[in-house]
Parts: sequence; C-alpha cells; structure tokens
Amino acid sequence: MTRRPETQSQRPDDPLFDVPQIAALGIDGLLVRFRAGESMEANRAALALRAALEADPITGVQETSGALASVYLRFDPAMDVREAILSALRERLAAADWARAPLPQGRRLWHVPASFEGGDAPDLGAIADAAGIAPEEAVAQICAAPVRALALGFAPGQAYFGMLPARWDIPRRAALVPAVPRGAIVLAVRQLIVFAATAPTGWHQIGRSAFQPFRPSRGDETFAFRAGDELRLHPVGGAELREIEADDPGGMGGARAEPIA
Amino acid sequence: MSGCLCIEAIGPGSTVQDTGRAGYLAQGLSRGGAADRLALLEGAALLAQDQTCAAIEITGAPARFVLDADARIALTGAPREARAGTRNLAWNASHHMAAGEALILGPATAGVYSYLHVGGGIAADRVLGSRSAHLGAGIGAPLAAGDRVALGADPGGPSGVTLAPEERLGGGRLRYLDGPHSALFSDAQRARFAATRFRRGPRGNRQGTELVQESGGAPFAARGQLSLLSETIVPGDIQMTGAGLPYILGPECQSIGGYPRIGTVLPVDMPRAMQAAPGETLHFERVEIGEALAVHLSDAAWMARCAARLRPLVRDPARMTDLLSYGLIGGVTAGDELE
Repeated sequence: MTRRPETQSQRPDDPLFDVPQIAALGIDGLLVRFRAGESMEANRAALALRAALEADPITGVQETSGALASVYLRFDPAMDVREAILSALRERLAAADWARAPLPQGRRLWHVPASFEGGDAPDLGAIADAAGIAPEEAVAQICAAPVRALALGFAPGQAYFGMLPARWDIPRRAALVPAVPRGAIVLAVRQLIVFAATAPTGWHQIGRSAFQPFRPSRGDETFAFRAGDELRLHPVGGAELREIEADDPGGMGGARAEPIA
Repeated sequence: MSGCLCIEAIGPGSTVQDTGRAGYLAQGLSRGGAADRLALLEGAALLAQDQTCAAIEITGAPARFVLDADARIALTGAPREARAGTRNLAWNASHHMAAGEALILGPATAGVYSYLHVGGGIAADRVLGSRSAHLGAGIGAPLAAGDRVALGADPGGPSGVTLAPEERLGGGRLRYLDGPHSALFSDAQRARFAATRFRRGPRGNRQGTELVQESGGAPFAARGQLSLLSETIVPGDIQMTGAGLPYILGPECQSIGGYPRIGTVLPVDMPRAMQAAPGETLHFERVEIGEALAVHLSDAAWMARCAARLRPLVRDPARMTDLLSYGLIGGVTAGDELE
C-alpha cells in the first residue's frame, strides 16, 4: 500500500514519521525522506527512487543524491521550475511502492582483503567484548556476508555499508580518535566504513584494507563505490596486506568487483 | 605557455578557487568553490573574462607575489592595502602589472577572504571539472611560499577599471529559509533564534563558521537530535552542534550530516556570512520561499550587476606614494634623527 506523500507545509515534521515526506532544503533543493528511522526498506526506497530519477529525470532537476533513507534533488532557482518539480515528484512517489521496488541495475559486489591483526585493528578487542564474543569469531561474523552501500558521504567516495546483525549496534565513541588511515575498516551502529581518506573518527577501527575508494587521478573510476554496491571483506594477515600494498599503483589493495546480477 | 605567478609569502589556508564542482554530492563530495562567490564574479567582471576563471583566495597574513610576465590583475573581496613596486593599488579594481614587479598585500582591513585574479585565470590542474582546492576532500593543497602557479593565456582586455562592490563586509542580516529540521525546534526556540544577535566565533573556515550568542543565552536544541538520520546537507545550512551552537556550513561542508539544522541561509547572503570576521555581529531573518526566489541572483545576474557598476579608475593624487619623484615634496627626513 502506498500513501500519498505530504509536504511539510501540510503535515508538521514529526521525528517519528514513517510515510514519505517532501521538504524544502534551501532555495534550490527538495528532500524526499522515506522514514525517520534506519531501515533497509527505507534505504531500498531511497536507492530505487534515485535510480529512477537518474534514468528518467524530472525536467529542471540538475543533480540528485541519496542518503540512508532520503533522496535530494537540486534545481536552478533562477528557473521557474520549483512547483513543477514538486508536483512531478509527488506523482513519482505515489506511482510505486518504493520500499519494495527493485534495487538499481549495475550494482557490484566488491571483494576487499583486510587485515584484522595488531595495529591494523586497534579496537577489535573492545568491540568483540561489547558483542560478547571472541575477536576471531567477531571477524568471522563480520566477514560472513556482504553488506550494502547504503549511501556515500562524509568524504568523497566513502560509503556507509550495512546493516550488520543487531549485535553490532555499538554506539560511536564519546570522543573522536584524531586519525584513522585511509583504508581503515571502522564499525559502529550496525554499519561498516572503508575510510576514503585519513581522518578523525568517532567510530571503532576493527581492521585495515589497502583499498582506495577515492582516486582523483583516475577519471571515470575516481569513485570506486556506488550507492547500492555490496562489500564483502576477506581476512588476510597483516604481513600479507603489507605485501599487497607494496606493489599497488592502482590503489586496489587486492580488491576485485563482480557484477550483481 | 603563459606566465607564472610566484608566491613569495601567503597566509595559511589560502587556495586556488573557482566556482567549484557541482554534481558530485552522491559520491560524497560537496561543491566547494570560492568562499565569497561574489568576489570571484567581481574579479571576472573587472577583467572582462569568464566567471569560471580561477583566482587565488587569500586569508590571514600579508602576502607577496611576483609575476614572471606582464599581466592584468584584479583585487576583490576582503580589502587589503596593495602595492606594486612604488604604486599603491586600489582594491576592487583591475591593474596592469609588469613582469618582475612585486605585488604586496597587507593584512585584510575588513572581511576574511581576499581574491587575486589574473587575466586568463589561474591554470591549476582541473580535478573533476574544477580547479578549486577542496582540502577536506584531499583535492589540491594550501598555497605556500615558493609555489609557482601557472596562468592561463590572457586574450587581453581592460585594466585600470574599478567597481563599487556589493556591500557585504562587517556582518549584518542573513536571510534564511526553514528546512527539513526546522519543525524539530520549538516555536519558542525558533523565535529566540530569529531575535538573537550572534557574533562570528573564533572558529571558522571554508567548511563552516561558528557563531556565539552575544548575550550568552541558552543553547539551541532540537527534539530527537541525537537520533537524527544523516541526510544531505548544503552550504548555508545553519547546523546546531551537540553543544547547541550554530554553525553556518560553508562551500566545503560535508555532503551528509546528522546534526539538526534550523534553516538554510540564502545564497545571496552567503558572501556576507563567509566574510564576517571573528567578533562581528550577525542576525537572522526568516523569509518564505517566494521572497527568497524574488531576491535570488544567478551568477549571470550578479555578473550583469557587476558589469553595470564598472568605472574607469581615475588616478587619485592622495593615493600616490611616488610623490617624491614628482618633485612635489623636498627635504623630507626619516623623522627619527632626534632619537
């Protein structure tokens, strides 16, 4: 069942909303939000709507982007297109059950080697404790199944992968760690990130890969991950990872991508 | 090959900037571009060149440049005392520079971001369609003494032109629109926000500018603010940190974020927001979308306004430092011989 989406002016913004909402974001943007809370259905809806908007653009829309459970559309405020985009968007939202729509075509499954040893995994012990299992078991569970790139953000090319099973609903740290390296595998709130650049974080570093998600010199392949792609980590020893990165001009870190049919 | 601009001194955080790279939000990259976009357009108008030409965005300490070929330059944004050899150069104006002449800029006398434009533009490498450094994304690097920056070919054009800049320095009113999170703030908080006089805080850069309440009022808080789902964020968003302090997001903000945002500053007022210097006063006025659209100016509309304000730069005797060479003053001493 689909319900007619409401604009913010018709329905006061409710932090617990569970039907799609359209809200203005600045003078040149609209934001479609599928749900207030995290859910794989809301993420599916966001991925599917954005893919549909890219495949069959609404006239006047200059850019679209997705987040965990929302889609952003940008247009030129100097053109008189705002109302037309708003009404076209309402029609698109009402025309499908986006939470059950197929995921976009052209997605890929990334196999990325990662070390979960020693200095590559400073927080593995603590998060295994928090989950109530041994570190080896934690690595085995985290690497057992692919996770989906829910959205990209924070840094160019950096994807948020999820959702991991409920035992990995581990809060972020109270204080930031000054820096984790590019390629770091970090975990919090049932999600994994492969860090695209050396940066501070409030997440927990449980491993490290040699994969570079952002490669500004590589033209069409600047951004490795796309929202909707999947990630499967493959444990390797710390020494093996260092061997991989010793001869890795492309920044692939031993990773490979296969199409998801 | 055209000339080079040699940087002999420059403040930290100075970078090459153009109008930025829109279109990569879905990949996690914000558009970036000049902190004071209007200053970029004013420079393009002064040199009668394309608005996408890159310029040097200068912050902080005095700066010194030498061009290795004759060139046209323009100076816009936060004004500084400017000298070329013995000449004083007017700000908000274009000038001819001779090869080897040193361009010396003092500290900014108002505002934060100053711009040095060169005929033909700065020819830094394009990454994803733009020459802008985006330090947060690891694109480009801050400029430093010793850097040599390539210049584009200048097809020639006017110099010795000035323009009355759009008034935007020293703080003032910022108009904003409600956004997706506005209703998470109570009516009382929203009313208090619009009635509060803020000061630009000590922390600020191209990612965002911190504001503090002039009267030290209570922090601003939104319902459910710790459990908000990350969503797209845009330059101009007024974000409340965990401590309830407003931050105005700048051109190099992140692409998504989970802090509550009470609204979004209009693009037409963003040069004022970004040029507010620490300690200067800012206040907010909420507007409806109709008014926002009515006052909006596209880059092309800004350029037309700038072009309509161009005037020949008349040499003003009060600004000449080389009066001695004119024989108007004699017998001048250094003034310290009694010490």
